[in-house]
Formats: sequence, structure tokens, C-alpha cells
Amino acid sequence: MSLWRQLRQGLRGLLNGAVVDRDVADEVQQYLEEAAAAGMARGLSSDEAQRAARLEMGNMTVVREQVRSYGWENAIATMAADLRYAARQLRSNSGFTIVSTLTLALGIGASTAIFSAVNPILFEPLPYPHASRIVMIWNTYRGARSEVAFGTYRELKERIRSLDTLALFEPWQPAITGAASPERLEGQAVSASFFGVLGIAPLLGRDFQTSEEEFRGPKVVILSDRLWQRRFHGDRTIVGRQVKLDDDNYTVIGILPPAFENVLSPAAEIWTPLQYDDRQLATNFDSWGWGNHLRMTGRLKPGVSIAQSARELDQIARTPWKEFPRPRWASLQNGLTVDSLQDDMAQTVKPALLAVLGAVILVLAIACVNVTNLLLARGAQRRGEFATRAALGASRPRILRQLVTESLLLASLGGALGLGVAVAGVRALIALSPPGLPRLDAIAVDHVVFGFALGITTLIGLALGLIPALHVSRDDLLVGLQQVSRRTAGSRSSTRSALVITEVALALILLIGAGLLLRSMQRLLAIDPGFVTAHLLSLQVQSSGHQFDDLPSAPGAGSRARRRFFEQALKGVRRVPGVEQAAFTSLLPLSDDPPVTGVYGAHFENDDPRGGHSVFRYAVSPGYCQTMGIPLRSGRFLDERDSGSAPPAALISESLARRQFPGQDPIGKRVHVGPTDRPWYSVVGVVGDVKQTSLAINEPDAVYLSTEQTWFADEALSFVVRGRGDVAALASAVKSGVWSVDRDQPIVRIVTMDQLLAVSEAERHFVLTLFEAFGLVALALAAVGIYSVLSGSVTERTREIGVRAALGASRASILALILGQGMRLTSLGIVIGLCGAVAASQTLITLVFGISELDPITYLGVIGLFGIVSGMACWAPAWRAARVDPSVTLRAE
Amino acid sequence: MRDANLSGMNEQETDVIQGTLDMLILKTLSLEPMHGFGIARRVEQISRGVFKVNPGSLLTALQRLQRAGWLDAEWRQTPNSRRAKFYTLTRGGKKQLEIETADWTRRATAIARLLKAEG
Repeated sequence: MSLWRQLRQGLRGLLNGAVVDRDVADEVQQYLEEAAAAGMARGLSSDEAQRAARLEMGNMTVVREQVRSYGWENAIATMAADLRYAARQLRSNSGFTIVSTLTLALGIGASTAIFSAVNPILFEPLPYPHASRIVMIWNTYRGARSEVAFGTYRELKERIRSLDTLALFEPWQPAITGAASPERLEGQAVSASFFGVLGIAPLLGRDFQTSEEEFRGPKVVILSDRLWQRRFHGDRTIVGRQVKLDDDNYTVIGILPPAFENVLSPAAEIWTPLQYDDRQLATNFDSWGWGNHLRMTGRLKPGVSIAQSARELDQIARTPWKEFPRPRWASLQNGLTVDSLQDDMAQTVKPALLAVLGAVILVLAIACVNVTNLLLARGAQRRGEFATRAALGASRPRILRQLVTESLLLASLGGALGLGVAVAGVRALIALSPPGLPRLDAIAVDHVVFGFALGITTLIGLALGLIPALHVSRDDLLVGLQQVSRRTAGSRSSTRSALVITEVALALILLIGAGLLLRSMQRLLAIDPGFVTAHLLSLQVQSSGHQFDDLPSAPGAGSRARRRFFEQALKGVRRVPGVEQAAFTSLLPLSDDPPVTGVYGAHFENDDPRGGHSVFRYAVSPGYCQTMGIPLRSGRFLDERDSGSAPPAALISESLARRQFPGQDPIGKRVHVGPTDRPWYSVVGVVGDVKQTSLAINEPDAVYLSTEQTWFADEALSFVVRGRGDVAALASAVKSGVWSVDRDQPIVRIVTMDQLLAVSEAERHFVLTLFEAFGLVALALAAVGIYSVLSGSVTERTREIGVRAALGASRASILALILGQGMRLTSLGIVIGLCGAVAASQTLITLVFGISELDPITYLGVIGLFGIVSGMACWAPAWRAARVDPSVTLRAE
Repeated sequence: MRDANLSGMNEQETDVIQGTLDMLILKTLSLEPMHGFGIARRVEQISRGVFKVNPGSLLTALQRLQRAGWLDAEWRQTPNSRRAKFYTLTRGGKKQLEIETADWTRRATAIARLLKAEG
């Protein structure tokens, strides 16, 4: 009731100001008349009564004002007046307003866009109930995290107390066949408890049950909403029906909600239970259940910290129980690592994100410094105005409020425009983002991001207003009135110089970062991957279906069928016009093939039985090295002679040869790769080293075997095709070549090697692009800052310069004077910036490659660039100063 | 105590005790509707000139009480046929007066008791 009345009457005061004014005036007048009448009634004369009444009342205007100023609406009215005045100020200075607004929009927009990308990864809780309780548990191998075995999971599940639930998962890529073209789906094979750990329940149907985890248990799948819509058009009756995956019938038991976001595997669309034979675990260490190829996640009990859980896991790792025997490679002797899911997910991208976040904060700081500078320059021009207002009775807080209103208005304009910049920036970020960036779908300008933009806009508005305001109150306001000449350049210009120095320093830090990244990228791209990437197309072909199963009834038949299929497919590809050379490999360099699946132990005849090497095993067709352009160092390449019936032959990489057989000829030496109970492979040739995971990583130990002579037939092989000109144009013909053999085999990842090379460095490239963009913006802003300060200073010093000229200073010496002033500011900024850059480069250490983070070429180059740019920025004001005509300036006063 | 009406410069005359002006206005208006000057004079008279009401404060307080919904205001003819803004107590105002009176009595008794104890 009362609130309503407040609102109504306040609005009346606001909208009907004149009526309320008159009402108050009438009441005051009437009070006075009544008082006078009362005086006369007491026997005073009319004049005396009037006088007494006025005396009692005091200043009528003040009383009216006092009565009128009651109510919330008056605060608004004052604010509105301030705003109107501020808007008028900004409009009358359109040049200043446009430059400041654009600068702020750039700063706010860029930082908002970056924040929107960083927030879901580093700050926002993951989209699961009590997400902070979800953890990842890893085995530890050579100090790094590595996958766990099913056997380890089974032991932990029995023993661990700090976790509620525990689940395993691994990639699963079934081929779906049916009416449409065969498609390889991205999916996961998971423990029945997987969705329970995440706290997600299917929207339709049900979750997995423990009984479905049993060895050779029922074949069931849960679909993502996306797959359900795409492949089954959202048909609700699909639940309970069967779909054909890899030649088997799977029953669809559930559909996940559309909002479900799977940070553990963003592309996964289909899930099936992991089915392991746990009766074999204790007796047979060679069973699948002891392969370290699974990832493990769990949910902490409420109130249990990660540290507590880590202690318990450590204790379990150190004290094996005899009912849970462990093989050597899953002995847990290096302990287990536990980490929150969020940290785990962000781990690889965190340094890059923090570097980018730091860069954008620098840009924002430079933008703010620049606008502050402009505001100060304007403050100098408005001195007289403030003095007048003070003289008319405006209090200091009142003037301060006016200034803050103005800067808030300016910041709001910048913020509004900045949101537009942010929306465009987010789109660009998503387009630029490296494939490893998690939670890409969660990057958007949502309410949190909007709040962030609003927050920084307000902060900037307040800060921008307060700095010039402090200057106003520091000056004696009345002195401002008397001051008409511009003879002195006071503390204001020293503040402005300090701001420019800051700006230069900040921009220098950014540019050094950009320079280091640029040089790293150059170094990286100059690295020889070990093969010729140009004119090389690759496509991964999968073999799926029961015809490839190795059944006990016909041992080896499935593998033979698999090898036959790939050989025929290769012949089909070689027949395609335009294909010059073609071959296949089990492991494609620089691809996202998980490296761990290609690493095996290699034992040479002269090795210690317990020693050996971890090597990449490439199972290849004849002609693979020739197609790739991997050079032969000695011996011969693998060729058609190395068939299944011929003596096993192997190629080794030159680094491996050099280390294993220093000063000897490795040809003819014998080696085991993988299982040691098979015939020895003889080394027939030595080939050049190849970069497998990334250009930056040097893991040169490799063994090449013929696919016909390896101990198992790989399910998926990568074809490499060398042609002339644009090999990407060959893609569809090559695909048909494969499908001419078997229409049902899915083909995935068709990509040129040049593209793969770019993708393998995408993260570095992403950071580099952003740093370059931010660095250029910073450089431009710093140049504008130097220019505006110098040009302001030249205006203030016109008279002094005139005197100098009149006393005989040459144009050259005046030019040198002003240029010197500008360059002094720049060099001070550079010196401070260098210290900052040395400190800041520590944060870039993980992204810098092949150079020191104190790379002198980068530092000198950036300093040189700065010198040139600031020289250009100084030139115009200096030139203007040199042309000052003493007779004009001296007469002007 | 001298009659305050006889002397404009009475030293006994004080401003209304801080925070009690609202209560005094409500009390005065509980007798009959009145305009601003009437209220001021009634407060002075009833307090026998102890309390002097400042016109600015009074008119602002009336504004505030009206906003709070305790008073209604209306322009009307005075007995001597001048137009004046008359204030009436609303039902909410009556309730507020009871609250403030009770509160004041409680505090006044407490202070009186304290002073007595010291004496």
C-alpha cells in the first residue's frame, strides 16, 4: 500500500513537476498569510505582523526547496539533469566521444568475448549436479597421467571408501549401417554407473543396469538427443527397438536429454556398456582386462575432499591385497592421480587460456588508460567551467557526481557497442578455436557474460570519472577562474605523461608476447616432419562386420579377410586417375590417432631381457615410405617380397638405429616388436625419423612392419595418396575406389596432410592469432596516446615555443625538442615494459618453442617497431611546433 | 513558567525534540483536521510555548507523513474564508499514533525512573 503510494506520488512529482511546485508554493504562501493574520489578531499592525511572520519563516525559497526536495523522485530528477547535461557535453565534443567510445568498445568487447570462452572452462561449474564432486582418476606413468586397466578398476571399486560411484569409459566407434550410407559414430563404451557419476538420467527409457556389464551380456545402447533427431527423426518408438551396429543388433534402451553436455567426449552420440570377463583377471594377465587403455571417473562422497580421496588412493596403491593380484604394468607402484573433472578438462588448455586472458586484460587496461588520457585533456579545457560552477555554489561532491555521470555515460556507450563487438568476437573465436578446446558448445554471450560486461563497464565508468575528478579537487577551483593564459603546464600534464608511459609499457608486454609466439611458430613450421606433406591426401578406412571376426571354428580367417579387404581397397585407390602413389599405415603421423594405441615394446637381440624400447609400430603396405616421402638411409624399403610367408622384415628409424647400434651396421640385426614369443624380425632398412604426435615433440623411435607380417590385423588403416596439384579434389574418387570393394565400410577423416599439419599446431596458432590481433590494437592505441599527449603539450607550450623561436631557436632545434619529449616518454615506457615482459614471458613458457623466452631477436625487433611507430606518432605534433610563428603567438596574449 | 506568547525571545522556548515532531503532528490532527499553520500553533499552545515548530520542518514532515499514508490532504476553505491545505488523519495514521504514543510513554517512564534512581 505504502509502497504503491510512494510510487504514485513520486511519479506525480516527476511527471507533473510544475503542479507540485505550485502546490508547495501555495501552501508556503498560505502558511505565511495565516501567521500574519494570527499576528494581527494578537494586536500587531499589518506591517509588523507580516514582518514577524517572514522572520519566523526564514527564506521562503529555501523552505519551498526543502519541502519540495522530499521524496525519491528528486534524486532521479537530479540524475536525469546530470545525464542530460552529460549527453550534451558528449554531443558537443563528438570527436572525443567517438574516439573514446570506439576505444572502450574494443576493450570491453574483446575482454567480454574472451571471458565468454574462458568462463565455461575455467570458472563456471560443469553442467552436472554437484559437479565439484566429480573426479578423474589416472594411473601414473613416467610422471604423467595414463589410462587404467579394468583390473585396477575392479580392485578400486571393492576397496575405495571416499567415492560414491566409480565408472570407466573408453572411445567406441561403431559403424551404423542400414538405409542411409554407412556412418562411423563417435561413442563411448562405459560402465553401467557412468551416467550415475555424472548425475544424468535418460529423458526417455532407462539407464544401464549392472547386469548389462556382464561378459557377453545383452547388447544395448543409449542415444544422444542429437543422434536420435538426426538418424531417427525423434521417433519415440525407437526405445525398445533394435539398430544395426558393426553387424550386430543392439537394443535402444534410452535417449539422453537434449541439454546433456558430455565434457568427457563432446562428440560422443552413442553409449554401450563395457563388458569385461572379470573371472579371468586373477589368472590371466594377458586378457583384455589388464590393458591400460581405459579412463576412470568417480563421484566423491558428500563432504569428502579431493585431498582425502587422494590419500586413500595412495594408500590403496601402496598396499596390494592378495585377492587382487596385479601384473607388473598395473602394479600402481607410481601411485594414482586424482583431480577434479573441471581441472582435468582444463589442464591442457589452461596455459593458453590464461595467456589469452592476460593479453586481453592488457588491451582493456590500455584502452582505459587511453580514454583517461583523453578525459584529462578535456578536463584541462573545462577548468573554467568547473570554477564557474564552484563559484555558483556547487559543492565538490556535486561536481564529482557530474563528472562520474559523464564517464559512466561514456562507458555505457562503449559497453553497449562492446557487446556487439563481443557477439562478433565470440563467433570469430569459435571459428578459430583449436580442436582441443573443451566445452565449445557452452561458449556464448549468455547472462553471466552479459553481467561481466555490465560489471566491467560500470567499473571503468567509475574509474574514468574519478581520476579526472581527483584532479579537479586538487586544483583550487577558484584559481581556475582567474587563469586565462596557458602559460604553465602543471601536474595534469605529468599525470598524462605517466599514463602514456604506462600505455607504452603495457603494449610492449603484449607485443613481446606476440613476437615470442610468432617466432615459436616460425621455428615450429620450419621443422621437418620427416615426410613431404604437400600433395598428400589421407583417409582412414575402417573394417567392420562379422566377416572379419576371428572365430574359434576358423582361426585366422577373419584377419585374412580383413587384410584382403584392405589390399583390394588399396588396389581400388591406385586405379583412381590422378593418383600417383598410394599406401596405407596403421598409424598416421600428426593425426589425432591416440598415440598410446601405436606404442609397443621393441626388444633387440642384444638387449637386456628386462630392457627394451617404447617404439611407434607402423603396420604398412609396401610403398608406404615412398608415398610419404620418408627417406631411406640404408638397406632397402619394405616391398611385395615381404609377404605373410616370407621371413619377417622390419625397418627402423635412424635415431633408434644410431642409439642401439652406434658405429655398427644395423642391417640384419633381429628384433621383437610386441609379443616376444614370435619369430624375430630382421632389420632390412633404416629410414628417416618422423614426427608422430606433433612437430614440437621429438619421439623418433619407430619400427615399420608389413601388415602381412604383424601379429594382428589392424581394424582401421589410414590410406595415404600422393597426387599432383590439389589432392583434396581427389577425395570423392578415392572414396569410391574404396567403396568399389565393399560398400559397407565407413571412411572417416579425409584430410590433406597440409591440413593435418595445421591442425596439429592449432592451439598455438589460436593463441598466436589472438596475441597478434591484441598486440596490433595495443600498438595503435599507444601511438594514439603518444600523439594526443604530445599534441596537447604543444598546444599548451605554444607561447613558450614562440618565445624560443623569437630568441633564435631554429626550426630543427624545436623539432628536436618536441621529438625528444615524445621519445623520452616512449623510452621510459619501453624500459618499464621490458621488465614487465620478462616477468610476463614466464606465463608463456609452455607455448614458446625452440627459442628462449628472452629471445633477443624478439625483444630487439619489438623495441625497434615501437621506436618507429612512436617516432611517427611524435612527428606530426613536432612538425606543428616547428612551424609556430612567434609574431602570431606572442601577440595573441 | 512565563507565558511564551508574551515574549518572542523566550529562552525557555525549544525546538521540538528530535523524532517527536511526527507524533505531535499526528496527535494534533487526531483532534480535528487542520492546516499547516494551525498545527504549528496548536503544538505551541498545548505545550504552553515550550515547543516551537519550524515552518520548513513542519511542511516537510507533513509531506513525509502524507507519503507514508498516515495523512490525507485537501484544499478547503478556512473559517475566515481563505483557501488552505487541510490535513486529516487516516486509519493508518491513527494506528501509527498509537504505536508512537506507546513507544514514547515507555521511553519516558524509563528515563523518569532512571532520573529518580539517581536522585
